[in-house]
Amino acid sequence: MKAPFTRSLWLPLSLLTFPYALPAADWLQFRGPGGSSVSQESGLPTALSESVLAWKSPLPGRGISSPLIIGERLYVTASSGPDQDRLHVLCLSAADGTKIWERQFWATGRTMTHPKIGVATSTPCSDGKRIFAAFSSNDVVCLDLEGGLVWMRGLTRDYPNASNSLGMASSPLVTGDTVVFPVESDSESFAIGLNAKDGSNRWKIARPKRSNWASPVEFGGGVALLSAAGLSVVDPATGKEKWAFGGGSSTPSVTFAEGILYVPAKGTTALRPPSSGAEPEVIWQNNQALCSTVSPVVHKGRLYTVNNAGILKCSAAKDGEKVWQLRTTGPYSATPVAAGDLLYMVNEKGLVQAIDTTAPEGAVVSTLDLQDTFIGTPSIGPKALYLRSDKFLYRLGGSLGK
Amino acid sequence: MKLRLPLFAAFFLAGSIFGAQDAEIDLVLKIGPEGAHNAEATQAVAMLAKAPAEQLPRLLFAMNPANEIAANYLRSAVDAVVDRTLAAKGKLPVSEIRAFLLNTGNNPRARRLAYEILVRVVPAEAAQLMAGFANDPSVELRYDAVDLLIQAAAKQKEAKENDAALKAYQTALNAARDQKQIEKIAGELRALGTAVDLPRHFGFLTHWRVIGPFDNTALAGFDVVYPPEKEFVPAAEYDGKAGKVRWMEVATGEEYGKLDLNPPLGELKGVTGYASTVFNSPIEGPAELRLGCKNGWKIWFNGDFVFGRDEYHRGARIDQYRLPVTLKMGANTILLKVCQNEDVQDWTREWEFQLRVCDATGTAILATDRPPTPPAEPKAKSKAPSAKK
Repeated sequence: MKAPFTRSLWLPLSLLTFPYALPAADWLQFRGPGGSSVSQESGLPTALSESVLAWKSPLPGRGISSPLIIGERLYVTASSGPDQDRLHVLCLSAADGTKIWERQFWATGRTMTHPKIGVATSTPCSDGKRIFAAFSSNDVVCLDLEGGLVWMRGLTRDYPNASNSLGMASSPLVTGDTVVFPVESDSESFAIGLNAKDGSNRWKIARPKRSNWASPVEFGGGVALLSAAGLSVVDPATGKEKWAFGGGSSTPSVTFAEGILYVPAKGTTALRPPSSGAEPEVIWQNNQALCSTVSPVVHKGRLYTVNNAGILKCSAAKDGEKVWQLRTTGPYSATPVAAGDLLYMVNEKGLVQAIDTTAPEGAVVSTLDLQDTFIGTPSIGPKALYLRSDKFLYRLGGSLGK
Repeated sequence: MKLRLPLFAAFFLAGSIFGAQDAEIDLVLKIGPEGAHNAEATQAVAMLAKAPAEQLPRLLFAMNPANEIAANYLRSAVDAVVDRTLAAKGKLPVSEIRAFLLNTGNNPRARRLAYEILVRVVPAEAAQLMAGFANDPSVELRYDAVDLLIQAAAKQKEAKENDAALKAYQTALNAARDQKQIEKIAGELRALGTAVDLPRHFGFLTHWRVIGPFDNTALAGFDVVYPPEKEFVPAAEYDGKAGKVRWMEVATGEEYGKLDLNPPLGELKGVTGYASTVFNSPIEGPAELRLGCKNGWKIWFNGDFVFGRDEYHRGARIDQYRLPVTLKMGANTILLKVCQNEDVQDWTREWEFQLRVCDATGTAILATDRPPTPPAEPKAKSKAPSAKK
C-alpha cells in the first residue's frame, strides 16, 4: 500500500506558527524527549521495505520495553527463566546491534503478569549518565553507562503488597536527582521518588488503590501522574501535589506540547496548567478522540489518537476539531512515534506503517511486515527507527556500520 | 560427588581460604530495607567489580548469607569480573567455581551463576554436570536437568520403547517441580496408559471445612473480623449474609487443587467465606504455603496471621504467593479467608483458591494422614466440589 507523499497548503503556515528549533536528542525515556513520542531527527526511512532493515539482533529474554538511545549505544531490558525472574539490562551498538555488555539481576518481587506483557515492560529512563531500569517485579536497578551497578531497590520487598497480578507497566522518569516511579495497584498503591544517587526514598505518596499502567510525564516543573481516578501533578522534589484534574485513564499517558497538557480522559481533554495552585483550564474536550491503549501524540499542531479499531484520528491541537481520520491496520498496543512529516505505527503483529500526516486525509505511504509480535513503542535515533519485539531488536534505516 | 555444608560453615571456609571477609563485602551485606546502606554498598561494589578473577569464589560464597538485594550487588561484581577477565583472555579459577557449584548447601541462585560461568569457559564439562542436577535445590539447575530427562524419554517413546519411556517419564515427573514441565510429563504418562495424581505430586490440600457467606459489600468485609477468625468450633452456627451458616466438609479432585467456593457457599457477590484445615506435618522446620487466588484473601497459620491481599480478579496461578512458615511436627492449622467482590462480569464469577505445602524448591510436603485424592469430576462440573453439611 504505497502512495506518493503529498503536502497540504497549511503546512508552511503551521511551521511558522509552531517553532521547531529543538536539536535532535538522545531517546532517554518512554516515548522519547518529554514523553512526546516526537523526534527532531531527520533522515529516517520514508519508504518502508525490507531494504531498510539494517539489522535484527536477538535478545536474551522477553520484554516489551522500548530501547533507550544514548549516543551510539542502545540500552534495553528483558526477562528470562522458567519463572521470568532473571532481569536483564543490555547495551548494544546502534551501528550493528552487537552486544557491548549485559548485566543480570534476580527478581525480588512477584513476576506473574498477563501473557501479553511481561516482567520487562517498563521502559528504562536515563539522565545521560546513568540508566534506571524498572521491572514488573518492582525491582529498580541503576547502572552507569558501562554496566557498573550504582544501586538496586526491591520495592515489593519493602512494600509486600505492591504488585499487580496482571503485571506492572508504568515507566520511571528521572528529573534532576529524583527518579519518579508509580507503583499503583488494587492493593498497596503509591508513587515514589528515589534519590538517583543511591536509590533511597526522597518521598513516597499514596495513590488511588486501583491497577494502573500509565507512565509519568514531566512538564513545567511538575510531574503528571495519571490513573483512571484522575490526574495529579506533583512536585518531583517532594511529591507534593500541585494541582489535580478529575478525569483520567489507566493505560495511555498524558502528552505535553506547546504549553498544553493532552489528557486521555473523556476521549481527549486539553488542559492549560494553572500558573499557581488553581484549577487547570479545560480548553477543549473531544470524546471522539479516543486513546484506548495508546497515548496521544501531538506533532506540528495536530493531535493524533488511535482507537481500538485502528482508526487514526487527526485533530487540531488548538481546538480538538477533527482534521481527518484514517483506517490503519491494527490492533495496536504501541504508541505511534513521529519524525518529520511521518508518523510510524507498528501493530501487534509486526506491520510497520508509515503515515504521511500532510496528506489531505492522511495516507499510509509504505509498510513493512516484520512478522513478529510488537507490543512496545518504537524509539527514534539518528536516521533510524528501533523496534523491539518479544525476541528481537530491529533497526530500520541507515545501513550496517553507518 | 555433591557435598552439603551448612551455610555458615561454607562461608567460614571461604573466609579461611581467601582471608578475612573484607570491608567491601561487609558493606554490601549491610544493605537493608528501603535502600538502607545503599550509598556505602555502591562504593563497595565498584571496588569489588575491579577484583582479580581469583576473588570470584569469595564473591560467590559471600552470597550465602546475603539478602536478595545484597546478593544482586555481589552478582553484578561477579559478572563484571568474569566479563573483564574473559575479554582480556585471562583465566578463571575453574576448580573453585566447580566446587562451589557442587556444594548443594550454597545459595541456589549463586550456584546457578557458577554453573553459567563454567558454561562460558568449560562448556563440555558443564554439559556433563547438568545430568546430575535433576534433584537439585536450585530451581533452574533442576529445570534444565529435567528437560534432559524429558528429551531422553521422548527419544525412547519415538523408538517405541514404551516400557523404557514410561519409566523415564516417571523419573522425570519425580524430579520435576515446574508446572509446565509437569503438565507435559503427565500428558505423556497418561498417553502411555498411566494414571498421574497431580494434586498429590504438587501437594495441594484437597480436604477442607468451609463456612459462609459473610458480607463483603463495598469490600468492607475484608477487614471485618467474623467469628471464624476468632475461634474454630466445628458445630458452631453464625449469622451470615443470607441466613445462618455453619461449617461444611468439602473436597476437591481438581487437577491443580482448586477449591470452588460457589457451590458450597452459594453463588453470591459481595461475600466472604472461610476455609480451614489441619495439616499433620511429618517434619518440623521451614516450609512454604503456596497460594493461588484471584479473590481478596487473608491467611492464618497455627493461629498467627501470615499475610493478606485485597486484589480482586487480576488473575491467579499456581504458586502465585509464596508464604514462609515454620511447621510443627504433627497438627498445624490453616485458616483462609476468601473474599468475593461485587463486579458482575462473567469473568468475576470465580471464587476459589488452591493451596499447597512445600519446601523452597517446590517439593511437596505431604501430610502424614493425607487422604486419597478425590476423583476429578467431569470438566463441566469440575468447579463443583462435593459438599456435605
